Amino acid sequence: MPELISLSLSLSLSLSLSIHSMLVDGGTTSDWQGRWDHVKKFLERAGPFTHPDFEPNTESLQFLLDTCKILVVGAGGLGCELLKDLALSGFRHIHVVDMDTIDVSNLNRQFLFRPQDVGRPKAEVAADFINRRVPGCRTCSLFASGDRLIFFFSLNTEFHIIVCGLDSVIARRWINGMLLSLLVYEDGVLNTSSIIPLIDGGTEGFKGNARVILPGMTACIDCTLELYPPQINFPMCTIASMPRLPEHCIEYVRILQWPKDKPFGDGVGLDGDDPKHIQWVFQRSLERAAQFNITGVTYRLTQGVVKRIIPAVASTNAVIAVLYICADSAYGTLNNYLVFNDVDGLYTYTFEAEKKENCSACSQVPQDMHFSPSATLQEVLNYLTDSTSLQMKSPDITTTLDGRNKTLYLQTIASIEERTRPNLGRTLKELGLVDGQELAVADVTTPQTVLFKLSFTS
Amino acid sequence: MADQKTNKEQRYDRQLRLWGDHGQEALENAHTCLLNATATGTEILKNLILPGIGAFTIVDGHRVTGEDVGNKVLWVFMVLYRPNRAQAATEFLQELNSDVSGNFVEESPDKLLDNDPEFFHRFSLVIGVQLPESTCLRLGSVLWSAGVPFLVCRTYGLVGYMRLVVKEHTVVESHPDNALEDLRLDQPFTELKNHISTYDLDSMEKKDHSHTPWIVVVAKYLENWCNEHDLQVPKNYKEKEAFRQLIREGIRKNESGAPEEEENFDEAIKNVNTALNPTKISSAVDDIFNSEQCENITSQTAAFWLMARGVRDFVQNEGNGSLPVRGTIPDMIADSDKFISLQNVYREKALQDAAVVAKHIQSHLQAVGKPPESISEQDVKLFCKNAAFLRVVRCRSLAEEYSVDSFHKDTITSCMDSPDSEMVLYLMLRAVDRFYQQHSRYPGVYNYQVEEDISTLKLCVNSLLQEYSLNVNVKDDYVHEFCRYGAAEPHTVASFLGGAAAQEAIKLITHQFVPFNNTFIYNAMAQTSTTFQL
Repeated sequence: MPELISLSLSLSLSLSLSIHSMLVDGGTTSDWQGRWDHVKKFLERAGPFTHPDFEPNTESLQFLLDTCKILVVGAGGLGCELLKDLALSGFRHIHVVDMDTIDVSNLNRQFLFRPQDVGRPKAEVAADFINRRVPGCRTCSLFASGDRLIFFFSLNTEFHIIVCGLDSVIARRWINGMLLSLLVYEDGVLNTSSIIPLIDGGTEGFKGNARVILPGMTACIDCTLELYPPQINFPMCTIASMPRLPEHCIEYVRILQWPKDKPFGDGVGLDGDDPKHIQWVFQRSLERAAQFNITGVTYRLTQGVVKRIIPAVASTNAVIAVLYICADSAYGTLNNYLVFNDVDGLYTYTFEAEKKENCSACSQVPQDMHFSPSATLQEVLNYLTDSTSLQMKSPDITTTLDGRNKTLYLQTIASIEERTRPNLGRTLKELGLVDGQELAVADVTTPQTVLFKLSFTS
Repeated sequence: MADQKTNKEQRYDRQLRLWGDHGQEALENAHTCLLNATATGTEILKNLILPGIGAFTIVDGHRVTGEDVGNKVLWVFMVLYRPNRAQAATEFLQELNSDVSGNFVEESPDKLLDNDPEFFHRFSLVIGVQLPESTCLRLGSVLWSAGVPFLVCRTYGLVGYMRLVVKEHTVVESHPDNALEDLRLDQPFTELKNHISTYDLDSMEKKDHSHTPWIVVVAKYLENWCNEHDLQVPKNYKEKEAFRQLIREGIRKNESGAPEEEENFDEAIKNVNTALNPTKISSAVDDIFNSEQCENITSQTAAFWLMARGVRDFVQNEGNGSLPVRGTIPDMIADSDKFISLQNVYREKALQDAAVVAKHIQSHLQAVGKPPESISEQDVKLFCKNAAFLRVVRCRSLAEEYSVDSFHKDTITSCMDSPDSEMVLYLMLRAVDRFYQQHSRYPGVYNYQVEEDISTLKLCVNSLLQEYSLNVNVKDDYVHEFCRYGAAEPHTVASFLGGAAAQEAIKLITHQFVPFNNTFIYNAMAQTSTTFQL
């Protein structure tokens, strides 16, 4: 894919060079003798393995360093490592976004934070640390989620590259969708300057991955949704009447007993970060387990199940963050998905994730949907949430009937949900839908509506 | 005190879920030595200090230079000026975790080896970073004799290198990613057979039938099968398929003759393949049993080998060729009672077997005059539970790797069949070491040196290959590239090694998970990595 390489290079060549380089002498007082010696060797010296388009020089770097803007989404395990790596590699215009505050359990790996920072917003503390310790670096922070975040994105689209250190698939899909929505197509042809490269990845224990996404050109998050298997939820009948594992007992208390007993008052939801809440769940789980002769309920397990904790260590995050930084360098672009595992020795493996022709996020074509006219709307809804390639959370379905917009089912607004609920039990034929009908689906997993084309099976 | 404990539990929660409280204890009792607080060195330590290693000591004789500050996390210079690298690094790193105790020795490793080599004996692990070859070999020899594990790390331009030097490293908890269950369906023990016989699938009510654990279902059908097939378990695809069909036919039918939904039977069918795997001992575990340490038990024998011998004795006697039962079963569709009672059958058998193993161990302890408390019941249970996954890692010494008589010629030559394999990067590192020996500097450090040094470095490559009679081709491109590097230590590669090396160090200290053996190369140009045994 030569165009791919030259495109990514034209987009981020200077960026990539700057990864291994720095301002030589901008006349700023923040550069002292020898500060960037390590890095100049890669900028100013030709080499046999660099990409053919690479020319050693100092000017374009300066220009790009002054204008190159990078967005780091997430200031947690990966985020802290990324900020450090970027700042020490010479990036000076960094934005970091995170909606969380610092917790004690972050301190084993999120090293930009100290015990006295617990409770403060991650993005702010991280940016402060970097700015104080890396002279010349200007990192701006945003402590936000939801609407504020959407607003931020609508104002700030001139990032040259976005790196994500997120712990949620939904958030990843959302950013993915947002970058796709920025793409400009002229006569069906993608205008490559509207592409903002996205480097994404994640870690879990001793495993991790890093990948490069060029929205519109390479596989996007949704193209490979099967790589993020849906969270394991135990069947309700197991939890309610046939527990076998300590986890089943904990889920029983969390899902069924808590809403019934309301131990901390009406309307007080279970807060996994509140030790008193966890202690209550732990005690009740022990009681439940005792009824069935199940052993193994511990405080640690209780917390792990309630908060869906993923184990994490500093070392894996350190490795994966570097793989992000090196994903796009003077030597070429990672093509395009790298996995790392150091449970037994150390293992890395790269493969090319393929862009799905009919991806619901990036393929630009309406998704095919096959149902019998006597299928109910509920079946369609189930398909949207259960299919591994869609994994929607609470889809709203609308369509056009008789030239007018009609909401078939909408769950995000209570009054409309009540009004449209009867439609779930009706068949597609009864609802007036025809073969070839286009359905527009909105969901939290995508900033843009997804279009589906309904094909009737006999 | 209690506050401190809960705070530690909270702080380390995410990692305790990986290596447990006992792993954390081992980490907190460890004292590691780092030689050279360069970018790579400080990154490694950072990733050991954050999880709470007990103590660290930095040995470094360098003064701080401007270069040092550019590429690493030692930003403290801007705030507190400290002229020597060892002290500056220690103070910065100490900030990361007040539970950890940090020390420094402002001295070059060579001087220390001259004056006080026994200095290194006190450490759980020594990590040598950016060491010249001669220092590395000297230190390697001291540590090898003292039995102290040695991890050599090096960032050279866009190449990361790690070499583990440890005579023998035992692992009880290797935590394998895809472990097969230990169900013993091909050779059910008496208590399991008895339990299975309490079930009569045909006469059960539908509700019970659909909530019978699949293990019981498979066991029942297997009994019938074996009776008709000369006591032989289904072995090939054809037989297994036929067996699956038998189970399929056992699914209850409704009035119209259509099969009901019986998820437990679906599970049984799905699991036939793995459930019928013959119970056997892996070659890795066999090797452990056949090791000299396992055979000759003395009062010096380490706990691992004493326990291995106990298990071996069990296998050869009460176990009838099989390991002690592991005692765990996977979750499966079943009602609580049936599942728990089945689980208890396995659990109790595991406890029984472990008790027998413990008796064997006790008799060995007695025979060599060691007290019975030397090995706890808990340790024996953990060992038995992990018996199928025991691992021993033995690395060759640096002396063996470097000696013309014992170096791994075949490994090097066959890897070099692909001239761009990471092996060429290893050879280049050896070549720049040679350059350093001859010229007291690395190639290409200053711009004006790059061109000239290419031909000099090439001579070093050739003399290296000649000395070892290696008939391989090292492309000129690599000689050029290594001159270009100018022995730079870019932060990115340093940080990668920081993570990788720290994790290997944690494996060595906790004796959990399996360390690499013995040479790891990271190619930051191509984003690839390989492990060689040299």
